[in-house]
Amino acid sequence: MGAGETAAGDAGASPPSGGIALSLQHAAKSFGAVQALIDGSVELRAGEVHALLGENGAGKSTLVKILAGVHQPDSGALIVAGREVTLHGPAAARAAGIAVIYQEPTLFPDLTVAENMFIGRQPLRSGRRIDQQAMRAEAAEIFTRLGVPLDPGRIARGLSIADQQVVEIGKALSLDARVIVMDEPTAALSASEVARLFDVVRTLRAQGAAVLFISHRLEEIFEICQRVTVMRDGRHVLTADLDGLTADDLVRAMVGRDLEKRSRGEQAAPGETVLDVSRLTREGVFIDVSLTVRAGEIVALAGLVGSGRSEVARAVFGIDRYDAGAVKVRGKPLRKASPTGAMAAGVGFVPEDRRQQGLVMDMSVQQNVALASLGRLRRAGFIRSSSEHALAVDWAARLAIKYGRLTDPVSMLSGGNQQKVVLAKWLSRKPTVLIVDEPTRGIDIATKAEVHHLLMQLARDGVGILMISSELPEVLLVSDRVLVMREGRLAAEFARADATEERIIAAGTGQAAEPATEPAAGQASAQSAGQATAERSEP
Amino acid sequence: MTAEVLRREPPPAPADATSRGLAERVFRIRESGIVVVLALFIAVTAGLQHRFLSASNIQFVLVNTVIFALLALGETMVVVARHVDLSVGSVLGMSAYLSASLFGRHPGIPLPVVFLVGLGIGLGWGIVNGLLVAAGRVPSLVVTLASLYIIRGIDILIVGGSMVTANTLPSAFTDIPKETVLGIPYVAIVVAVVVAAGAYYLRSFRSGRDLYAIGSNPAAAKLAGIPIGRRVFMAFAASGAIAGVAGVLWAAQYGTVDSTAGTGYELTVVTAVVVGGVAIFGGSGSAVGAALGALLLATINSALYVLGISSFWDQAIAGFLLIFAITLDRVISVRLTEALRIRSSRRAA
Repeated sequence: MGAGETAAGDAGASPPSGGIALSLQHAAKSFGAVQALIDGSVELRAGEVHALLGENGAGKSTLVKILAGVHQPDSGALIVAGREVTLHGPAAARAAGIAVIYQEPTLFPDLTVAENMFIGRQPLRSGRRIDQQAMRAEAAEIFTRLGVPLDPGRIARGLSIADQQVVEIGKALSLDARVIVMDEPTAALSASEVARLFDVVRTLRAQGAAVLFISHRLEEIFEICQRVTVMRDGRHVLTADLDGLTADDLVRAMVGRDLEKRSRGEQAAPGETVLDVSRLTREGVFIDVSLTVRAGEIVALAGLVGSGRSEVARAVFGIDRYDAGAVKVRGKPLRKASPTGAMAAGVGFVPEDRRQQGLVMDMSVQQNVALASLGRLRRAGFIRSSSEHALAVDWAARLAIKYGRLTDPVSMLSGGNQQKVVLAKWLSRKPTVLIVDEPTRGIDIATKAEVHHLLMQLARDGVGILMISSELPEVLLVSDRVLVMREGRLAAEFARADATEERIIAAGTGQAAEPATEPAAGQASAQSAGQATAERSEP
Repeated sequence: MTAEVLRREPPPAPADATSRGLAERVFRIRESGIVVVLALFIAVTAGLQHRFLSASNIQFVLVNTVIFALLALGETMVVVARHVDLSVGSVLGMSAYLSASLFGRHPGIPLPVVFLVGLGIGLGWGIVNGLLVAAGRVPSLVVTLASLYIIRGIDILIVGGSMVTANTLPSAFTDIPKETVLGIPYVAIVVAVVVAAGAYYLRSFRSGRDLYAIGSNPAAAKLAGIPIGRRVFMAFAASGAIAGVAGVLWAAQYGTVDSTAGTGYELTVVTAVVVGGVAIFGGSGSAVGAALGALLLATINSALYVLGISSFWDQAIAGFLLIFAITLDRVISVRLTEALRIRSSRRAA
């Protein structure tokens, strides 16, 4: 791991920064009446990793899409390798040596990894037939160069997001891209995957590529990037060396003001147990998970992506079935596999993937807010849109949701505001227990702070909150207790005072529980479960 | 296939080789599964009724298969790209009538010209479908459902109450399905070669792979700069042209052509394609599998006839096979994804 020690080395020792690989000057772009980009400027040098920072809505996505050739700027100039170019489409961007890796790569699940990299330009042999062997050999060569053991011959179906990104990076290399744009590549990665991605990025940099790196996580930016460009409200605000800048400087540049730090402060003693999960097991997914959440308490469920956190949450809420164990809310057992039952008992669930599971994107803001409260709003079987509206007005104001009209489709809102709509949907039911899965993924810093504040306020009002999060600063900031999952089991529990990033990572990766001689990975044995329970420190 | 697998080594990344092996094994099992079902059907039927394996019956089954296997080839190209062509039955009908009626109007017309006319009629309709889908951005289900009725309607207008009868056709034409090499119909061999060539094209040429890519993830295909419109257009044009040729063969096989020729064939073809392992939502499957699907349906059809079972069962069994195939593919896909995911995560751990 060692995220900390590499950071210093990286920022200091710089491979010879070459010339300017790409320069976008004063680009502007509007969609209808909306000016998405007013003055977009960024300059990338060969051999550097350049951070692009800004809140949601600052114009980063538009800038990226201009570089990707998806959008054409209304004005401004794009200079690649010393020549001014116009990108008419993704193919033109590729030809100019620009590759874009999106947060969730778009691969062809049915095609092989090699074919995903070479689609449309597969190496040919006689008769214009595809040369499978040459294609796979070339792909394998690139993966060797990146130091990643991926098999070019397997189909892309089932690859983790991290591996999918590696395929995209491999594709970029096979295209001989000199400029690689990474749009929030780490948002869906676990800590170890991020570490591997950063190794790849360092390799790219050492080979003289210019990397534009977009992330909302400032610690990552300080770890991997050398220079930074900050945008705000569609304009370029700042470009500077990261050396000598602090996180606060960057936040100030992004937000345009100082962000007030809210910490949890002193808590009233938590109340009665509202959620009691005992020995929950779903074969092959999670085993023997017991936890409690008390009224007014925020319990974080940490651990690597894939350790079973979301699956536990889904089982508790009744989306998935479980094979053994029990869930009680306020002492009353919940029916298995019944979200309706969970809702009736006062459980709310804010899923990880708000676009697919939390919202109906084509429905209006107010319909989405009212979705979980339809039973209460019903009069003689009909939903009155006036009562829907009243409910939505109330909650939009309370959560400071920014919207045009409440009748606009929810898809028109920014990511942060969409997340607030999901929260509003559940809060309007006045839940006893609220389960939130990655509540701030893909949300800008200011809104993130608002969501954190909101969660803390809810806890103060007596709601018991179970929060799944991969962002350790968030876990440490918000929660009263931290549970760590590993390979489907609870591996550790920390009281607020004992929790540190290092300890959570160690418990999540199993480094603390199992010294040098690690038994066969992937097969959590009975002994390791014993170890894990022994390690727990009850508060 | 096997040779290729062996030659691909030395492995650059042995850690993940099992994932590849798993995926490839599953797909091979999927296609050999049809062969197994086929063999079972033949064995059982032949056990009950020896007439089933008579030379004349085999020939009958193969010629029947030929028409559906051809249609299935065109349909495969469309379905792997996540589209569907429902107009093939109507196209076949119109091509069958118009090409067969040529013999009455132009006695002594060379056979290749007749086939070209049939191909041209099919190509024309394929181009219309392709333009509406690719340029007009109308869902192919709607476009080809409409052209199914429109083409059939025009066909009925042209044919009216008349029909082409076998005695107006030259024997050189009606003998085409009857000529055999070593007991195997000549056309069956030709069509087998055509299907194999089509499958090879889909597998080994860029434009063929593009169709799979489009069906696998249309959004990614767009980002990858694949000329989606052109490829989809070509697939529909090819499907139409093939249906046109199949229409000429149909006329040669049955001799009597009226305005109902090929009615309902589109559903049989889609069934054959799906039973043959082509994913209905695109991205995977092969023309060989689709042709095997056609062979299976024709065999079942004949087996029921030979055994004297009501032809109602023919449709019921086709329906059952369809549900079975789709369920099987779905289960395989879910299972495979899960297995590959677990293997990947183990590797990462």
